[in-house]
Amino acid sequence: MANGDRLLRENGKGAAISRPLPVFFRSRTGQLLHDPVLLAIVLISFGLVGLFVVYPLARVFLVSLFPRGAFDPRYFLHLFEGRPYLVRPLLHSLTVATLVAVLGTVLGFLFAYAITRTDIPGKRVFRWAATLPLISPPFLLALSTLLLLGENGLITRWLFSRFGIRWSVYGLPGLVLTETLAYFPLAFFTLEGVLASIDPAQEESAMDLGASKLRTFLHVTLPLATPGLAAAFLLLFIRSLEDFGNPIVLQGRYPVLTVQAYLAITGMYNLPLGATLAILLLVPTVVAFLVLQLWVGRRSYITVTGRPTSAGLHTTEPLLKWPLFAALLLFSGIFFLFYGMIFYGAFTKLWGVNHAFTLENFHYVFSTGATYLLNTLQLAGIATPIGGLLGILLAYLVTRKSFPGRRLLDLLAMLNFAVPGLIVGMGYVFAFNTPPLLLTGTAIIIVLVFIFQRMPVAIRDGVAMLQQIDPAIDDAAADLGAGFFRTFRRVTLPLVAPALLAGMAYMFSACITSISAVIMVVLARWQLVTVALLHEVDNADLSQAAAYGVVIILIVLGAIFLMDFVIRKVLEGWKHAR
Amino acid sequence: MPVELVLAGLTKVFRGFRSAVVAVDHVDLEVEKGELVTLLGPSGCGKTTTLRLIGGFEVPTEGEIYLRGQRITHLPPQRRPTATVFQSYALFPHMTVFENVAFGLKVRRFPRAEIRRQVQEVLNLVGLTGLENRLPAKLSGGQQQRVALARVLVIKPQVLLFDEPLSNLDAKLRVETREHIRRIQKEVGITSLYVTHDQAEAMAISDRIVVMNQGRIQQVGFPQDVYLRPANPFVADFIGRANFLKARVVAQNATETEVELASGLRLRLPQRFSFASGEEVQMVVRPEAVDFCAPEEGHLQGQVVLAQLTGPSAHYRVALSSGEQVEVEVLGALEKGLLAPGTPVGLRLHLKSLHLLRA
Ligand SMILES: Nc1ncnc2c1ncn2[C@@H]1O[C@H](COP(=O)(O)OP(=O)(O)OP(=O)(O)O)[C@@H](O)[C@H]1O
Ligand SMILES: [Mg+2]
Repeated sequence: MANGDRLLRENGKGAAISRPLPVFFRSRTGQLLHDPVLLAIVLISFGLVGLFVVYPLARVFLVSLFPRGAFDPRYFLHLFEGRPYLVRPLLHSLTVATLVAVLGTVLGFLFAYAITRTDIPGKRVFRWAATLPLISPPFLLALSTLLLLGENGLITRWLFSRFGIRWSVYGLPGLVLTETLAYFPLAFFTLEGVLASIDPAQEESAMDLGASKLRTFLHVTLPLATPGLAAAFLLLFIRSLEDFGNPIVLQGRYPVLTVQAYLAITGMYNLPLGATLAILLLVPTVVAFLVLQLWVGRRSYITVTGRPTSAGLHTTEPLLKWPLFAALLLFSGIFFLFYGMIFYGAFTKLWGVNHAFTLENFHYVFSTGATYLLNTLQLAGIATPIGGLLGILLAYLVTRKSFPGRRLLDLLAMLNFAVPGLIVGMGYVFAFNTPPLLLTGTAIIIVLVFIFQRMPVAIRDGVAMLQQIDPAIDDAAADLGAGFFRTFRRVTLPLVAPALLAGMAYMFSACITSISAVIMVVLARWQLVTVALLHEVDNADLSQAAAYGVVIILIVLGAIFLMDFVIRKVLEGWKHAR
Repeated sequence: MPVELVLAGLTKVFRGFRSAVVAVDHVDLEVEKGELVTLLGPSGCGKTTTLRLIGGFEVPTEGEIYLRGQRITHLPPQRRPTATVFQSYALFPHMTVFENVAFGLKVRRFPRAEIRRQVQEVLNLVGLTGLENRLPAKLSGGQQQRVALARVLVIKPQVLLFDEPLSNLDAKLRVETREHIRRIQKEVGITSLYVTHDQAEAMAISDRIVVMNQGRIQQVGFPQDVYLRPANPFVADFIGRANFLKARVVAQNATETEVELASGLRLRLPQRFSFASGEEVQMVVRPEAVDFCAPEEGHLQGQVVLAQLTGPSAHYRVALSSGEQVEVEVLGALEKGLLAPGTPVGLRLHLKSLHLLRA
C-alpha cells in the first residue's frame, strides 16, 4: 500500500489518483460502482423479483393477518379452536397428499425396479405410458375419472348399476386414484435415475457374499435407494398438496385446502379466510420442500460411477419378472384406458347417454372456444420468450457475476419453487388490484403469473445450461472490452440457444396446461382454455370438455415436436459451419 | 524503463461458508514497460488469483493495482487496458478464427476495413494466415493457442496476462510455442505477466521471475539470481533442487567467506554474504555442483545409499559421516559407470556455486 503510493509519487502521477474507496465499499461493491450497466441490471433484477415474487407473497400474509389494516389473526385463532372449516380442509389435504405420496412412490418404485433391474419386454411402452401425465394437464385425469366412474361414467353405468353397486367416486377415493396416476411418473423418473446410478457391483458383491436375492434387495438395494424414495415421496406429497385441477372436479364433500381457498375468495369474497387457507397450504409445502432440499439432498449416498450401470444387473428370475410385468401391464393399461377415454369422449355426442360418433364437440371448441384457445396461445406465446430469456439472464447473473446480494437474489428468484401456484396467483390478485398497480382483469397479469411462476424452473435450466460452458469464455469477452449485454447476446446466448429453445418448449406447454396459478387471475375477458375445460366439466358437458382436452394435448405435443425439429436444424447448421 | 504496473499490498481472501483461504497475501510488485515477468510457484500458491485480480475478474480484499499511474483496482475487466490469454484459451466456439480475433475491434467500433486489415496483420504475426474461416474446434491445440494470442494482441493492451498458456500442449510444442510467445512479446514490446509452475519455462522466457508460495512473494529476481542466489530454502528447493548442510560463518572479508561444517571442515567461499561471524547458516549445495572423488580427496566423505540412472545423468543419494544426506547429480554416467550402493566416496564441492541462507 504505502509502497505503491511512494512509487506513484515518484512517477509524478500520484496527484491524478483519487482517494481509495472506504473499506465498506471495497471488494465487490467497488467494481459494481464502476460498471453502471451491471449495476442497473442488478437493481432491475432485484426490483422485478421484489415486485413480482416477494411482494405478492407478502400480501397474502398481510391480508391474512391484517384483514382490515389492523393486526387480527382471527382465523388462526379459529384454527386452534378447531373450527371445522379450517381444520377439515387441512386434514383432508394432508390425508390425500400422504396417501398419494405413499401409493405413487410404491407404484413408481415398481416401474423403476422393473425397468432398471429386470429384462421384461415392452419397456418403451411402459415409459411412454408414464410420460403421458407429465406432458398433459395433470387434471385431465380427473376428467377421465368422471368419464369412467362419474355418475354417467362407463363403468358406473354398465358395471356398477348392473350389479346394484352404489359407489361415488367423488371425495377421497377419486382424489387419491386420480392424483396417484397423475403424479406417480415423478416418482418413477426420480427412482429410475437413482436405481440406474446405484453401482450394481454393490448388489453383486452382496450376492457373492452369499446373501439371497431377497436379502440383497432388503439390505442393499433398498437402503441405497432410500434417499431416492424419500425424495419421491416428498415430491408427490408437495404436488398433491398444491393440486387444484383434480380436487375442484372431484373433491365432492371432501374439501381440500386449494379449492377452499379459491372458493373463499371467488365465491365468498372472504379474502382473509382465503389467505389463511393459503398459508395453511403453504406451511406443509414449504416444510416438505425444505426437508427435500436439506435432508434428502445431503443424505444421498448414491454411488455415481459415471458409467451407465443400469445394464449391469438384470434379473431373469421368472417368479419376480412376470408378476412385475403383469403389474406394469395392468397400470399402463389403466393409463391408456384413461387417456383413451378422453379421445373417445371427444368424439361422442352426449357422454353416458348417446355415444354416437360426432365432430360437433370440435366444432364447438373451434368456434365458441376459439377465443380461449387463441388467448391461451397468445399469452403463453408472449410469456414464454420473456420468461425464458429472463430465466437465463438471472441464471447468468447469479452464477457468473459477483455482486453484493447475489445469494439473496438467487434465493428470492427461486422462491416460487416452493410456493403452490394457487398462492402465487392469489398474491397477484391481492397485490395488483389497486392503482398504481391495477392489473387485475388485464392480460398482463396472466402473462406475469406465467412468467414468475415458471421462473424457478427457467433459472434452474439456465444454470444447468451455463454449467456446460467454460466460464473463462465470458471472462474473455469482458476482457476484450465487451460489456454485459454484448457478452450475453453475442457469446452466452448463441452458446445456450439449443438448450434454451428446449427449455422454452417445455415452458410453453407448462403455460398452456397450467391451471392452479392462473385460476385466480383469469377474468371473463381473458378466459383460458384450461379454465374453459373446467367450466364444461362443471356444466357436465363431458364430451366438450374431452374435446378441449384433446386439443390441449395436441398443442403440447405439437410444441414439443416443433421445438425438437428447430433444435435439430440449429445443431445441424452448426455442424455444417464447422 | 518506466514502471508500468504496480501491485501494492494486494490481498485476496476467499471466504467460504466456514473457512477463509488467503489466496494472495500482501503482494507488492513493480513491472517495467516491455518486461516479461513470470509468476512461478507450486499449485495453489495464488498465481492465477493474482493474474485474475490484475485482469479484473476478481476484486482484491485489500491493496491496490496501478497501471501507468492510474488506479484500476475496481475497474471491471472490460474497462481495463489488460488482456488475458486463458489457460483453456476460452475461444468463442461459435465464431471463426477471424471473428474471434475481430471481436475486440468490433467492440471498439473500428470501421470494417480497418478491422480486416488489423486482423490480417496480427494473424500474419502469429502465423495463422489462411485459417480465417475455421472454427476453433477444427484447429490444433497449438493453433488455438495462437488464436488466443492474436485475439489479445490485436486490441493492443497495455499489459498482457498469460495463465499457463502452454499447459494444454505436448512437451515438444511447448518449447516451440514459448519461444514463439517470447519472440512476439519482444517484437511488440508489450509488458507481460506470465504464470507458470514450470521452472524451466520460467527460466527460459522471463526477464524477471517472481517466486510465490502460499500467496506470498518469496523472491523477485533475474532468472540466474533466483537460481544462484535463492532468498530462502523454499526458493532454493523449488528452483532446481537443493541440499541443505548446517554450517557456521567463521570469518569473512570483502571477497571471501569462511564457513565451518558440522564435520569441522572449513571452506572458503569466494563471495561475501551479509552474515555476522559466528552466525549459524544453511549451506545450499546444488546436486549438480558436486563431484565424486576418492574419499580422502573430498571435502566430505560418505557412502552411496541410492543410485539411479536417469537418462544422460545419474542420481545418487550419499549418507555423510555427519548423518546428513546429500543428493548428487552426475553427468555422463554411462561412461563412468554407476556406483553401487555401499561404495565409500568423497565429495568435492564447487565452491563458486555454494550459497548461504539464514538458518
Ligand atoms: N473462487 C475461489 N473460491 C475459493 N477459493 C479459491 C477460489 N479461487 C482460488 N481459490 C483458492 O485460492 C488458492 C490459490 O488458487 P490459485 O488458483 O490462484 O492457485 P494457482 O497458483 O493458480 O494454482 P495452479 O498452479 O494449481 O493453477 C487455492 O487454495 C485455491 O483453492
Ligand atoms: Mg492457476
